[in-house]
Parts: sequence; C-alpha cells; structure tokens
Amino acid sequence: MSSTRPAALAAPSVEARVTRSAQPSAWLLPVAAGAIVLLVFMPSLLSQGDLSTMVNVFILLTMAVMWNLLAGYAGMVSIGQQAFIGLGAEGVLAMAQHGLNPVASIPLAAIATAAIALPVSLLVFRLRGGYFAIATWVVADTAELVVSSISSLGSGTGSPVPGLSGLSAKSFGDITYWSALAVALIALAMAYLVLRSRLGLVLAAVRDDEVGARSAGARVMRARRIVFAVAALGCGAAGALLAVSQLNVQPSSVFSVQWSAEMIFVTLIGGIGTLEGPIIGTILFFVLEQSLAQHGALYLIVLGAVAVVVAIWAPKGIWGMIASRARFRLFPVGYWLWTHGATRGRKARRLPARLVGRGRGGQGQPSA
Amino acid sequence: MSWVNAVIQGILTGAFYALFACGLSLLFGVMGIINLAHGDLAVIGGYVAVALIPVTHVPVVWSFVIVVPIFAVGGYALQRTLLQASLDRGPFTTLLVTFGLSVIAENALLEVFTSNSQSLNIGNLITYSFSINSQITISYFSVVVLALAVAVLGALQLFLSRSRTGRLIRAVADDREAAQLIGANYRHVFGVAAAIAFSTVALAGLAYAMSSQIAPTTGTGTLLSAFEAVVIGGIGSVWGTLVGGIVLGVAQQIGAQINPAYQILAGHLVFLAVLALRPQGLFGTRARA
Amino acid sequence: MSDPPQAEAASSGRAAPGALLEVEHLVVHHGQLRALDDVSVSLGAGETLAIIGANGAGKSTLLRTIAGLHRPTSGRILLDGVDLSHSTPEQRLRRGVALVPEGRRLFPSLSVEENLLVGTYRARPGPFVPDRIYELFEWMRSRRNQRAAELSGGEQQAVAIGRALVANPRVLLLDELSLGLAPLVVQRIYGVLPELLSAGITILLVEQDVAQATRVASRVQCLLEGRTTLEGRPGEFSAEQIETAYFGMSSTSAVSADADGAPER
Repeated sequence: MSSTRPAALAAPSVEARVTRSAQPSAWLLPVAAGAIVLLVFMPSLLSQGDLSTMVNVFILLTMAVMWNLLAGYAGMVSIGQQAFIGLGAEGVLAMAQHGLNPVASIPLAAIATAAIALPVSLLVFRLRGGYFAIATWVVADTAELVVSSISSLGSGTGSPVPGLSGLSAKSFGDITYWSALAVALIALAMAYLVLRSRLGLVLAAVRDDEVGARSAGARVMRARRIVFAVAALGCGAAGALLAVSQLNVQPSSVFSVQWSAEMIFVTLIGGIGTLEGPIIGTILFFVLEQSLAQHGALYLIVLGAVAVVVAIWAPKGIWGMIASRARFRLFPVGYWLWTHGATRGRKARRLPARLVGRGRGGQGQPSA
Repeated sequence: MSWVNAVIQGILTGAFYALFACGLSLLFGVMGIINLAHGDLAVIGGYVAVALIPVTHVPVVWSFVIVVPIFAVGGYALQRTLLQASLDRGPFTTLLVTFGLSVIAENALLEVFTSNSQSLNIGNLITYSFSINSQITISYFSVVVLALAVAVLGALQLFLSRSRTGRLIRAVADDREAAQLIGANYRHVFGVAAAIAFSTVALAGLAYAMSSQIAPTTGTGTLLSAFEAVVIGGIGSVWGTLVGGIVLGVAQQIGAQINPAYQILAGHLVFLAVLALRPQGLFGTRARA
Repeated sequence: MSDPPQAEAASSGRAAPGALLEVEHLVVHHGQLRALDDVSVSLGAGETLAIIGANGAGKSTLLRTIAGLHRPTSGRILLDGVDLSHSTPEQRLRRGVALVPEGRRLFPSLSVEENLLVGTYRARPGPFVPDRIYELFEWMRSRRNQRAAELSGGEQQAVAIGRALVANPRVLLLDELSLGLAPLVVQRIYGVLPELLSAGITILLVEQDVAQATRVASRVQCLLEGRTTLEGRPGEFSAEQIETAYFGMSSTSAVSADADGAPER
C-alpha cells in the first residue's frame, strides 16, 4: 500500500557536520602568540604615560570580559560588580599593610573576593531579573559602607598602599603593566575555557530554555554560581590592579557604580555575548575618553547615550554586526553546522546562541 | 526616650520612601520595567523647580502645579517611545536602557548645575514644628509629607480598583495579549501608567527638595531606598509599599541612633534580611521574575 | 487508492459568495515552522463552522491570526468585504471580531464582574451586557465578585465567553472550548451556542473533539499540518474519510514502510 502523505511533506535528506570553527584555525595561534609577544615588549616601546593608559585598558577589559560572562552568557545582569572590584582593592591594601608585596597579593585578593562571592550568591540568587540587578547594587553599597567604617583601612578617606616605595618609577610602571597584561590575558583565557567547556554548554542551554535544560539534567544553579564566582574573581583581580596602579585605595572610588556603568556600556557597544565584543568596546572607550577628556563628564553622557541607542537598535553591538556577516571568529566558542542540502552546496549556519536583547517582550504562547 | 523619637522620625521619612517607591512599583507591576533612573527622575523634578522658580516668579509651593503635569506628559512620551522600544527588544533591555538614562541624567545635571547641592526654599514653612515632649520634635512639613504619601497611595489604590482606566491597567498588567483581545491598546495603557508613575516621582522629588538638599548624585541613594521599600513591603501591593517604606525609615533611624554612620547600612541590612528570610516581602502577592 | 476526500469536498459545501468572513490563502510561520500553508476559510453570516484537526495542525494559529495576534506571511482576511489584514487586534474587535482564546486567559486578579466590565471597554452596540450574561449563566450572578483565578475551568470558560460577548461581536472565534473540561461541563458550555446564533452571531470554532464539533457545526473544515484536508457539511463524510483527513492516514490501510525500510511517520 502506498502512503497517502502528500509528497511535499516528505523530509529532505540532509547530511550534517558540526565543527567548532568555520575557518581552519591553524594560523590563529601564531598570530595570537605574536600579539602577546608584542604586548609583553610594550614597556620598551611606550612612554610611562601611555603604559599607564594601557594598564587602565587592561583593567577595564578584565571587568568587561567578566560582566559579559555574567550577563551575556549566563543571563545575570549585575550592576553591583563594583562590590568585588572594591573588595579586591581593599584586599590588596589590607595585605600590603601586613607586609605582603602588593603585586604578589593580587591573586590572593582575587581569590578572597571570589570566596566572599559564594555566600553573597546565596542571598542575591533569591531574586531574578531586574530585582537581582538592584540587589547586587545594594550589596555593593553595603560593602562600601562596611569597609568605610574600618579605620585601619583609612575609613572613608582611604589609605595609601605601602610596600612599593622602594621601586623606581620605571620599574613600578613596568611591573604594573605586566601584572595588568597578565590579569587581562588570564581573564580572557578563563572566560574562553568556561565557554568551551561543559559549563558553557549548560549556560547556552539555560539561556535558550531553562526548564528544558533543567529537565535534561543541567545543574543550573551550580553553573550560575560558578560563573558568579569567576566574575567576582576577575573583578577582584581588576580591583587589586587598581590598588597597585594608583597606590591609593579610597572606598568611594573603588566601590563606585561608575565602574559598572563603564563595563556595561563597553560590553554593550562592543558586542554582548561575544568574547571579541569587550575587546572592541574597551578600545573604543579609550579612544572616546582621550578625545573627550577635556570635557569633564561629557564622555560619560556620550557613552551612555550610545549604549542606550545600541541596546535598543543594535543589540548585538559592533562585533555582533560584523560577526553576522562574516564567518570569522577570534574565539571559537560556538558551533557551526555544515549541511549538504537540496541546494547542492555547502551551507554553513551558525547555531544560534541567543544574546541578551533579542526577541519580543510580549506574552502569550503560540499553539497550533 | 530618644528611641521613640527615632521611631517617629522613621515613620515620617518612611512616608518619603513610600512616595518614591509607588512609582517604581507601578512601573514594574504593570510594564515589568525596572526603572534604574527613578531616583534621578525625582532629583530632576527638584532641579526643574529650582530652574523654573526664578523665571516664573511663582511661590515655591506652587511648583507642584507646574512640575507634576510636565512629568506626567514627559512620562507618557518616554514610555511610548524609548521604553516601549526597550520592552519590545527583550527582557533585559529596559534595565540597560534605564541604567543608561540614569548615567546620562546624573552627568548632565552635573554639567548644568555643578555638584553643589541645592534646595527649594519654602521659607519658614520648613522650620515650623511642634514638640510632644523634651525629646520628640516633629516638623509640620514632614507630617504634611506623611499625609501626602497616604493620600497619594490611597488615591492610587482607589483609582486602580474602582475606575474604568484603573481596571484596564490591572487587566493589561495581568495579561497584555488578552487585553488586546478586549480592545485595549496596551501601549497607550502603559503610557497612562507611566504618566501616573512619573507624576508621583515628581511629587516625591519636589517634597524632598523642599525639606532637604538635592545634588546630581542624590538619585542613586533614593533609588536604592525606594527599591528596598518595595521589596520589604512586597511586590504588587500598594499599601505594602507604604509599610515597606516605614519599616525602612524606622530601621534607618534606629541605626542612626546607634551610630550616625550606620543609618543607610541599617536599611541595607534589613533589606538583605528580608531577602534571606521572606523574599516575597511582607505583603507580597504576585511573584514577578 | 481513490482520490483523497479533500479534492471532492472542495467543490461542494462551500459557503455562498459574499460571505461574512473570508480568509484567503493564509500562510503563517512560527519562526521557521510553517504553521499554516495556504489555508482558506469562508464563513457565511449565521453559520457555525468548526475547524477540526489534531494537535499541531494549525487550528489555534488560524484563529489567532484572524484575531490579529499573529501576522501572516501572506494571505488576506476580509470581514464583510473589508480587508482586516493590517488592522490591530483592537481594531478588529471594533469591527466585530472577538476571540475567546485557548486556555480562557481571564484576567486572574480581576473579579468575574470586572472581567465582564473590562470586556465592554470597546463594545459595539448590541444586546449583550453583563446582565444578559448573568441570564445566560445563572450561577455567575452570585459569584460576580469572586476573583477569576479562583473559578473552576468550566466556570472560567463561561466567563471568558461572556467577556467576548459583551463586546457584541459579529463573528465569535472560540478556541478549544472543551480543553481540560469534563464532558458534562463541555456540553453545558456548548449548550449556549444556539442562543448566540439566534442573537445573530456567526461562530467559528476550533475543536479537537470531532464528535462535539460535528454536533454543533453546520460545516466542518479539517486541518492537518497547516493544510486543509477536508471541508463540507458534517453529514457528507463517513467516519473513515474524517479519520483520514484528521490523521493523514486511515486505520484500515496497513502501516507500510518507505523505501529504506524505516516505518512511516
């Protein structure tokens, strides 16, 4: 007996192949290695002032990579990362006051900050979405208030960081630069590893459909907690770098919500949900800051306005717009699906990893 | 006992927080918007009055009549344009957009008005007070603010539960799509809700500017306080917001009694405690993620 | 194998020209899924048309598109000759198309009476007012102040119908009335249909339960995977014809394998 099914409904036969990157990545490694070597030798090429700017670039880049990990991949929009920046900075201060070399205490302060993040997550994870966001801000404010009351850390006015006065200006500049470079590279590497790992897969699944991911066995809460801790680690390291580079830690400065503003805007404009985005955004930010430096708070206004426009009308950011037209990826974290379809050609389609900001805000369920 | 005074002052400042918070609660309850610029809006209201009063030569107390309608119209316009576009884009976009607006607002105010704090001078009205005993002094203005807060919240509650538009707002808040099916243009209804929310925040900002100082960065602190009041009282309840505000105010004043530096911290700790022990708040109804 | 029933039915049982509601060659996508594939519906004034089909056939999508909640990829929707294809749901309600959505979708925090009152927001002139609804469903009068979320499924369905009725529509779209309800309750709900028809309302309903649909409808149309497979008066078709149209195969034909040896479907 033949089938009564109309011919048009027969499934087309498709041969599919899944790869991690669209281009052969053999050339990527030498280029990346070359770039890193160049960065390492920067101190012999740039002036102290420019080196100092580079340090700030790396600090902001680290923060942006971390915020992107939280919001763009794990779906947790936080405006309280300055809590961990401040704690990292104060950590270095406290350790330096006890005789530890400030540079050596950068990783220690970062780890301590991540340790604090774990109990904090128990609290803030009780809220979702926007309320989670403001709760993180309250946590940051609380941290600032608590720290400001500790007299050994200089109370509200802050305190200088001891232990590095023996160095010459050049040595200090170079050491700070290399520390900052190391932190930024490690941050990027950590984010890259997280996303390529099973954890990254869990995050992508949760982003698309949390209930589905849970029922498939994904340990969502654990995944979120890990990401939260990693982000705290990164921001703590960034704060520690701040303490070393500025040689002074003032609570109102290191706990300022302006850090959140900068890391959020930079990530949004550069391209949220991509690893390349924060890099582009940070570069853009510093170009903007240099050109608008004499106009006081104007650069923040411009940055904020651009971020608002991007969030609504170009939510994928700069890199997102480039990436949707090109097959090139600096950091291959997704998957490419190659199909031989009825068109008899090779068609590559990027499996969608849904970014923050796509889709409609309406209710209602489509049903057949 | 000065503790009693602390509690009374706490109730009075709590009224302020409730006034700030009811707009925030409305925006979230109806549209799902977390307005991170809410505190800054209140400050802008105060600054608008500061700028307009010398120009229009009206008595300062008349600033309510001028500023509130401006904010109502502005709120409707902002909702129909920027905020609706953000809502259509995705769940997090309003968060990012209102955060951006907050940064823009604070820095713009900084540029225009400098960082000096200002206040609206209502002359002697602010200084009149009465004493219950040697330790408890209550200013008339803060009682007026308490009355204002109760009146505004009461009017809002009545409006939502009895009027045709209020019913429509509740319907749209419940189910936007079903509201379309009964003929409601939900975008317009959102605009009306925003207009109401912005009016209340203007009121709050003006009252604050009259009784205290405002500076470009004052908005951040008021946002956090308003938010804490909403969460403590419970999302979705109008009277819960009043109770939440009062609880927050009292907690802060008691903290201040222990040590003046602990005032804001005490509020944060109470908030975090509510988060830990009773996340839905004291009178929480709907759980909106 | 003889011609499938749809070819025969297409030429018979169609509504007279100048129909009240015309849906022409509708194509609707959900993302990349083609939910409706060239579906046409013709509804004459005073008729009751039942759209039947299995889950995923596209029935609810059809109703939602007519109501304006989905934008079709192509095709037109005409009410009394007026093209509604670019109107918003609110505008379509004003014109006289009201949808009782799948799952009732009452406003949970509003009371029964408030749900009805809010339904009058953009009502057209007509006989249906909340009081008339209380006459239709006597039990509602005493429960009017109860919150809608506290009602049973059947009660909610009645209120949902009432909410759509008080807008005095010309065409009432009913989506899966029987979903999740006990048979007795379903019969009671469907029992009010004659009164609606006598008030001049034209009804387009979606039903998975074929028996229920053929009982109340003057015409049926069957959808399968977004296509019309059968269309005409209920009495015209045998049970097997309806089954074939519904499932895409009949239980009397053997399950056969396709060329590669894998079982069909």
